[in-house]
Amino acid sequence: MKDRLSQIRDLAVKRLSEANDLKVLDEIRVEVLGKKGELTQILKGMGGLSKEERPIIGQLANEVRSEIEAMLEKTKKDLARKAQEIRLKAETIDVTMPGKVRELGHKHPMTQVIDEIKNIFIGMGYEIAEGPEVEKAYYNFEALNIPKEHPARDEQDTFYINGVGDFLLRTQTSPVQVRVMENKKPPIRVIAPGRVYRSDEVDATHSPIFHQLEGLVIDKGITMGDLKGALAEFAKGLFGEDTKVRFRPHHFPFTEPSAEMDASCFACGGKGCRVCKDSGWIEVLGCGMVHPKVLEMCGIDPKVYSGFAFGMGLERVAMQKYAISDLRLLFENDSKFLKQF
Amino acid sequence: MNLPMRWLSDYVNIKADTQDFIDKITLSGSKVESVNYLAKEVSNVVTGKVVEIEQHPDADKLVVTKIDVGGEENLQIVTGATNLYVGAIVPVALVGATVYHDGEIVKIKKGKLRGVESFGMMCSVEEMGFTRNDYPEAPEYGIYIFQEEVALGEDVKKLLEMEDEVVEFEITSNRPDCFSVLGLAREAAATYRVPFKYPEIKVEEKGEGKTEDLVQVEIKNSELCPRYIARAVKNVKIGPSPLWLRHRLTAAGIRPINNIVDITNYVMLEMGQPMHAFDIDCIEKGKIVVRNAEDGEKITTLDGVERVLDSSMLVIADENKAVAVAGVMGGENSKITENARAIIFESANFNGPNVRITAKKLGLRTDASSKYEKGLDPNAAFDAVNRAVQLVEMLGCGEVCKGMVDSYPNKRESWSVEYSSEGINNLLGTKLSDEEMIELFDLIEVKADGKKAIIPTFRPDLLTEADLSEEIARFYGYDNIETTLAAGTPTVGKKSYSQIVEDKIMDTMISLGLSEAKCFSFESPKVFDKLNIPSDSKYRNAITISNPLGEDFSVMRTITLNGMLNSISTNYNRRNESAYLFEMGKVYIPKNLPLTELPKEENVLTIGMYGDIDFYGIKGVTEELFEVLGMKDVVEYSPKKDIPFMHPGRLAEISVKGDSLGYVGELHPTIAERYNIDTKAYIAVISIDKLCGYANFERKYKALPKFPAMTRDIAVIVKDEVIVKDIEDIIKEKGGKLLETIQLFDVFKGKQIPEGYKSVAYNISFRASDRTLTDEEVNAPMKKILKELEEKLEAKLRG
Repeated sequence: MKDRLSQIRDLAVKRLSEANDLKVLDEIRVEVLGKKGELTQILKGMGGLSKEERPIIGQLANEVRSEIEAMLEKTKKDLARKAQEIRLKAETIDVTMPGKVRELGHKHPMTQVIDEIKNIFIGMGYEIAEGPEVEKAYYNFEALNIPKEHPARDEQDTFYINGVGDFLLRTQTSPVQVRVMENKKPPIRVIAPGRVYRSDEVDATHSPIFHQLEGLVIDKGITMGDLKGALAEFAKGLFGEDTKVRFRPHHFPFTEPSAEMDASCFACGGKGCRVCKDSGWIEVLGCGMVHPKVLEMCGIDPKVYSGFAFGMGLERVAMQKYAISDLRLLFENDSKFLKQF
Repeated sequence: MNLPMRWLSDYVNIKADTQDFIDKITLSGSKVESVNYLAKEVSNVVTGKVVEIEQHPDADKLVVTKIDVGGEENLQIVTGATNLYVGAIVPVALVGATVYHDGEIVKIKKGKLRGVESFGMMCSVEEMGFTRNDYPEAPEYGIYIFQEEVALGEDVKKLLEMEDEVVEFEITSNRPDCFSVLGLAREAAATYRVPFKYPEIKVEEKGEGKTEDLVQVEIKNSELCPRYIARAVKNVKIGPSPLWLRHRLTAAGIRPINNIVDITNYVMLEMGQPMHAFDIDCIEKGKIVVRNAEDGEKITTLDGVERVLDSSMLVIADENKAVAVAGVMGGENSKITENARAIIFESANFNGPNVRITAKKLGLRTDASSKYEKGLDPNAAFDAVNRAVQLVEMLGCGEVCKGMVDSYPNKRESWSVEYSSEGINNLLGTKLSDEEMIELFDLIEVKADGKKAIIPTFRPDLLTEADLSEEIARFYGYDNIETTLAAGTPTVGKKSYSQIVEDKIMDTMISLGLSEAKCFSFESPKVFDKLNIPSDSKYRNAITISNPLGEDFSVMRTITLNGMLNSISTNYNRRNESAYLFEMGKVYIPKNLPLTELPKEENVLTIGMYGDIDFYGIKGVTEELFEVLGMKDVVEYSPKKDIPFMHPGRLAEISVKGDSLGYVGELHPTIAERYNIDTKAYIAVISIDKLCGYANFERKYKALPKFPAMTRDIAVIVKDEVIVKDIEDIIKEKGGKLLETIQLFDVFKGKQIPEGYKSVAYNISFRASDRTLTDEEVNAPMKKILKELEEKLEAKLRG
């Protein structure tokens, strides 16, 4: 009886190892383990065995049964895996072919630069202010300490409406400073990006319409050290953590002391290259401590409050950042251009 | 302002190289634009004497010379030059030397010319990088020949004082004093903390007679002419200036003319004070009058152009005629000629803005006017005139008469500015003591005592404590001010509601595949005709720029179409297959014209598309936008016909409860043609300001459905002109509370549908939140819908 069981097992093992589809597995299962299967027959015939033999043969028969069952299961899995492998291979496609999707649009490079700068300053606690582009001469000039006879007010620089008089196209975003100070009590932290206008003929580096960004901070005890700190942080945000800045004395009628800030060239890291014209520095913005006269004119007591202001041209930043060589591209709106950003 | 470094070294001794100088002076506030190294590239050019000249055996136009360059052997050099003679001393570029040839640097090599060996090259001034302006004694074509005996083998660059470094500064308008070599020397001395040596000005006055016996001065308008000094020089000998003086002028960018003119320019460069010289015989009765011109008065200026003046301009005149436009240019009629017997040096002060306006009106900006227009110190005029006559004596080109005539009705005195060290420290964030500040002030000749500062008259920019702070900061060093982050009151950085809405609009457009365009805010008034805008349209009330760059940029836009159509046209004509663009920009709507108050600046979203797109494509873009802005349920589209630049059959007005937000449609083919767009273009224009008003970002969760929906498909046959909006309005109205969604799924014309009719098919879905609907519950509203469709729209259910 023992031998019979061994034979059954050996035969099943042999057949299973040769099986190559699920149908054969099923045949083996039926022949061995099925109701009329050999092993089932043996188990059924247990009644004819002696009392001593019965448990031994029973145990052995059950072992053979589980062994064959386990083997069946394993073979089944192996076959399924093989079948899947074949299917997957047949399903192989060329993954280098282009994807199918409706293309996204692209933000104008100027907007991308403005967004980037906005995010930096929002993170530093600034709000975003806005002001009119058709502006009163008072806000564009007088309130910024630019007197009547100043060359900046000449017709050759400024677009006037109704002749040289009360109305003009703002030549800078600085009038927004004045409007903010008139309408808001300190502490003030704002930036104001926007369009400005100057009477320059259109060419590769000039446009009568361009973008500036103004910044203003007014509070008690604001120092020039604070100005340096805030703008150094900004430069790091815009040009990278390793950016160094330097402040050069300069002159603006509405700030005193005034400065221009250079940042170490982002292209060469300050070694000197074409972008920075070999100087290692890139001129980024003009800034200074708000002139006491300007504070006074806006109804802020310069004995109590102080503050700083800064302003920058954005086209230059965009042109440097994206290596755009001709300003005119920014207003042509050629899709081939816009899609590059 | 061009600063020759050798000239600077007369007044300040800086022991640093030019690069260090540039870095330091830039950081103390004088911004360097560029540096020009004169004769830097020229090397190994030495003096040599021609000892022999022989005809070249094989070339008519060449000679073979022997040149003594102070070495053991004479050099053989073959040349085509014709101005050589035995004994001439000339510059010789040795083998290995570098010189200019046609503007390029070339290296001299040993060579053979027609078989004869040549060891170098004799040079013209051009080959050493200069012109005959620098060396007027040089021949027009040919080798430079030294005028006097000089040692042989000497470095010609040194001998002819060719080497110099010229630093170009950008001087800010508040610092007129820095438009001079002396002004920059003062800054340099303060920057390096070394002494500033003001030139010693001494005049011997050997000439016969006194200036006051030769001229009188009368200032009729002392507001425009605060000071006028005249000084006479007799027995003038006009001739070229010496080399050193000519060099300084050319290095600074001024062409040498003759000794007297060169002196006026030299003093202007050195001291910042423009000078003028008249021929005394041209001043009738020796009487100088400074007065306003008469309207229409004429004068021919030194450049030979007749100028017509007006009464706002100031002239220098004698009793009968103007001899100069004050501060701008002298007159032809008083020009110094070689025959001048005696001359008058003018050193005057004129009102800056007035000179600027006069120069602008005349279109004649000169070196003098550009100095005056910054506003000069009248006290500088005194030293300047004495410096000029001192130079006359140095150059031996005239005899200086005694004294001067100085009309100076209101002397400018120095003034004091009160300050406190604490105030300055508080503004800068520094901790400097009284003494430290006093020392810093001392560097720039400001005498301070801790409470007040006495300002020298050449610093009109120093009027307040803030101005003084800048001086302290400059010489303490902007870089030395400690960087801090404002403690102050914290503020929250944020965007306003409308800025958030604008961001959403931008993001939606981008995600729908549109790219952002930017267009000009001003355009041509012809745009209105181009767009067929009626003559009485409000769009034509546009703000006009008084001084535009041309008609094409002369009115502020009241409508955004033109910019977008130009962009579409650019894309189309550059053969871009498609362009999907949007612009978020302003229109400028005046409340009245001419303006008496600021116009309304309205924000407008303009969409322009062509390519793989039709009306429903662009409409879909707007629908998605309204979905994002939470407005989809309140926005309505209705047919519109009366926008003259749009296709009348493919145009919808977009509105919310009767309030128009804008429109969407196809561009009128006539307009497309005018913009050279030979394809169908689609446009949408929507008011961003109104979107900000209607946008709704509130979202509330509605329970997900637990019970199934009951759906019915219907197809009805209606006349062609029936619009689906009318059908949908009826379905919505009659659908009752259980109506959930309606969806158009087919519009069909053709077989089985009579001519002039169409079949419109909907999927209508009903649902209750608390039960599964029965057929009966849905049949009732469906009946009502069909009945109403039949009554109102003559719709028939399609069998």
